[in-house]
Amino acid sequence: MSKIHTTFARLQGEGRKALIPFITAGDPDADTTVPLMHALVEGGADIIELGVPFSDPMADGPTIQRASERALAKGMSLRKVLALVAEFRRRDAATPVVLMGYANPIEAMGIDAFAGAAAAAGVDGVLVVDYPPQECAGFAATLKAAGLDPIFLLAPTSSAQRFAEVAQAGSGYIYYVSLKGVTGSANIDMDEVARRIPQIRAAVGMPVGVGFGIRDAASARRIGEVADGVVIGSRIIEEIENSPTDQVVVRVRDFIKGIRDALDQIGEQAR
Amino acid sequence: MQMADTPYPFPDASGHFGPYGGVFVSETLIPALDELRAAYAACQRDPAFMAEFEYELKHYVGRPSPIYHARRWSELLGGAQIYLKREDLNHTGAHKVNNCIGQAMLARKMGKPRVIAETGAGQHGVATATVAARYGMECVVYMGAEDVKRQAANVYRMKLLGATVVPVESGSKTLKDALNEAMRDWVTNVHNTFYIIGTVAGPHPYPMMVRDFQAVIGKECIEQMPEMAGRQPDYVIACVGGGSNAMGIFHPYLEHREVRLVGVEAAGDGLDSGRHAASLSAGRPGVLHGNRTYLLQDEDGQIIETHSVSAGLDYPGVGPEHAWLKDSARAEYVGITDAEALQAFHDLCRFEGIIPALESSHALAYAAKLAPQLGRDKVLLVNLSGRGDKDMHTVAERSGIRF
Repeated sequence: MSKIHTTFARLQGEGRKALIPFITAGDPDADTTVPLMHALVEGGADIIELGVPFSDPMADGPTIQRASERALAKGMSLRKVLALVAEFRRRDAATPVVLMGYANPIEAMGIDAFAGAAAAAGVDGVLVVDYPPQECAGFAATLKAAGLDPIFLLAPTSSAQRFAEVAQAGSGYIYYVSLKGVTGSANIDMDEVARRIPQIRAAVGMPVGVGFGIRDAASARRIGEVADGVVIGSRIIEEIENSPTDQVVVRVRDFIKGIRDALDQIGEQAR
Repeated sequence: MQMADTPYPFPDASGHFGPYGGVFVSETLIPALDELRAAYAACQRDPAFMAEFEYELKHYVGRPSPIYHARRWSELLGGAQIYLKREDLNHTGAHKVNNCIGQAMLARKMGKPRVIAETGAGQHGVATATVAARYGMECVVYMGAEDVKRQAANVYRMKLLGATVVPVESGSKTLKDALNEAMRDWVTNVHNTFYIIGTVAGPHPYPMMVRDFQAVIGKECIEQMPEMAGRQPDYVIACVGGGSNAMGIFHPYLEHREVRLVGVEAAGDGLDSGRHAASLSAGRPGVLHGNRTYLLQDEDGQIIETHSVSAGLDYPGVGPEHAWLKDSARAEYVGITDAEALQAFHDLCRFEGIIPALESSHALAYAAKLAPQLGRDKVLLVNLSGRGDKDMHTVAERSGIRF
């Protein structure tokens, strides 16, 4: 059983929702990334999505692209991201880490070399935004053989046939992008999300995390009422951008804590 | 004539040219691409659609474009005879419009009233804006902020034609960033928007569809060459950035195995300088903008900035079918530097009274290199993909002249 699987199982047993923050590795700089990851856990994160910066992040909005550009300007690379995960693991063996990025840096490193190095560094899952299931059967199998969960996206536009393909290729959880658009966009269609999540969960047999467009405690809570997990990315990057250098870690921790409290109220109401 | 035993089978049903091509996009776009593939397949089978496409090419674009024997230039070079396929004489001054008409007609069929495009130098943007005006569609063109500054005349042209031009401030503020931004628009507005990609790149079915719309170039050549030169050419030569004019003239010739196909990439300051845009000559396979192909990238897999005097060739990738034609050795790919292209530009102006686009000047420069090495009985066919009026400022600046 993967660490991601047991994390969702434990949360379900507790009647709680997974809080899954996203930060870009190397933003604002490499030295801050590991302290930020620990701060996310202190604030109540259950799983960390760690962005691997890429020069052409086509599926991301301007906020995450800026984070990528800042990280690349300071020399971040896939190899260095793996080294950061290994450093994080020295103090935290429990919190699952999912790498999120684009295919080309992984292909440049080599798929086998990447899977081996990621597993050795303590990575638990990998989400490659521009690898739909039909283009990466070999990659997904390689990840699974290395003990890593291949995580896939589903969208409001996805067909029932896509649910089946993703159920076949993926493991860990499904990342449902809650709106048509790029990361950081506005306007979540709550009714749409509420209608789709149970269908998807039933079809894929995996927990469903929802992201794209969640910006505050209120939207996190509304999503948390229907989903198994809530992903927050662009809003954290904005917090990083807007904080003085010496306060970045504290501010991000406090922001996440606010989301955590909102999510935990869902469970308390139910109890 | 020697023909291949089996028809050329690429792309396969999943959009691959050997290991290249494919559909490397975020899940959000998958249904849109499925819808596009089905709509395009239906149009290909629809005689009325194809007849309208031909009518538009004839009466709006002015096709067929002529083939011209560059007799004087060939004589001066002292070898093979050079023939030019005159895509520069098309409406809007380049081959780009062929594809824009095809895709805009498809958008209309699919009931999408809004078209978007990316553009580098502005040629594809102008062609898209032109066709959008012709069909009464809303048009938004994404253009790198750097390019907007460098190509003010083309920006104004697009605005005259009713398009909205959006300067893209992210990344290197050039073509690849404009492409990223157009993709983002498409993801967000996919219900009413058709993305007119200008070259044979992007996710399937774009590389196939753009090739098919541009293949009119090569089909005409196959009919025209026997009349003009008494036979088919020994070499077909075309410049390659993304590679749409080259695929358009190469594709009908693929089964003519005796015809050598040469793609000419932008070698910028030289392949050794690191300042160039020659993805096939100096790149490695990877994934960008929806397809697997040769890319200019660093050791970490980050895409690197390219350089060419010609904005239309200044792109770090290349259409996946070219990647396949290179690996399978059906076509060969060479590099021409900025200096060599500029020389060919001036020579064609002075010796033939034709001002070529700087992109096309790369193909001309390779022909000028090759011709003297061959006998006078050999025939070179060069795709003169566009006219050079848009390049006046660049060439004048290089010559130290200010208007």
